[in-house]
Amino acid sequence: MPLFGALISYLEGSALADAVRESDLLFPLIESVHVLAICLVVGSILAVDLRLLGVASRNLSVSRVTRGILPLTWCAFVVAVGSGGLLFVSNATKYLGNGFFIAKLVLIGVAGINMAVFHAVSARTQPHWDNAARPPLSARLAGGLSILLWIGVVACGRWIGFTMRAS
Amino acid sequence: MIEAALNDLSKWLAGTALSNTIQTAAWIIPTLQTIHILTVAVLFSSAMLVDLRIWRVTQRDVPVADVARRFLPPVWPLVLILAVTGSLLIVGEPRRSLLNDTFYIKMALLAAALLLTAGLQWALASAPDAWEKSGARRLAGRSAAVLSILIWCGIIFAGRFIAYTQV
Repeated sequence: MPLFGALISYLEGSALADAVRESDLLFPLIESVHVLAICLVVGSILAVDLRLLGVASRNLSVSRVTRGILPLTWCAFVVAVGSGGLLFVSNATKYLGNGFFIAKLVLIGVAGINMAVFHAVSARTQPHWDNAARPPLSARLAGGLSILLWIGVVACGRWIGFTMRAS
Repeated sequence: MIEAALNDLSKWLAGTALSNTIQTAAWIIPTLQTIHILTVAVLFSSAMLVDLRIWRVTQRDVPVADVARRFLPPVWPLVLILAVTGSLLIVGEPRRSLLNDTFYIKMALLAAALLLTAGLQWALASAPDAWEKSGARRLAGRSAAVLSILIWCGIIFAGRFIAYTQV
């Protein structure tokens, strides 16, 4: 993948990457924004997942819970990707060589697939169980899997810090 | 004098068998940090969802008191997990926190956040519609919501900066 390699070294050599890498303040500041955004992503998704599991907010319909919470999740996700992207370009080669970084991306990808499959499978039947305190097995599975995946994302994120010393 | 005492305390903690175990097994500190961050994620998101409802940004179709009843009570058992994982992290690396101003800023902000949460819970429990009664009260509620978001952002920034300000 020579094109990919060229892109990575271009990003890493950019003035932006240089600024993040060299500044004593910029890196921890962006890192803080990243942690903040991930906290909101994970915490808000958990609230939706617990509803899908039939554990919390059982007196509200699933659609009402998702409508109320997911806008926050998506806004936070955009901020997490933006801040994460800035951290990534500052040391792109090192991050790509870190197993926990790759694992984190894979887990986020799987979480996305889990969500897409859930929407594809449940969209047709959701009107039938929207108000049910305990949604059907497929919904509960999606919720449970989502919780585990996002715990994995946070764990990988923390492990990146211990297995990679940013220069 | 306080600093000397904290220095002695750090030295003593670092010499305990528990601290030794935490330092030697490489997986313990990142695991504790992961649980700690996940707990912060739930607390911050809970506060954020209530604050956004107070500002009528999300969940407008659910009364403030209902949103608060869903998200605020779990705060208290979670604070216990926060305290346990946080304390173990201090025992593992006492100087990192106890001799670090950023840590005390974080604790002060946490105290403020918990006071604000308790106040909100109490206000809504004693008068569920307290918020909507007058313009002044609405303003008070909205100010408290903004303050709460700012304090939680401060807690997360301080948490990340502990790693960068240790002596």
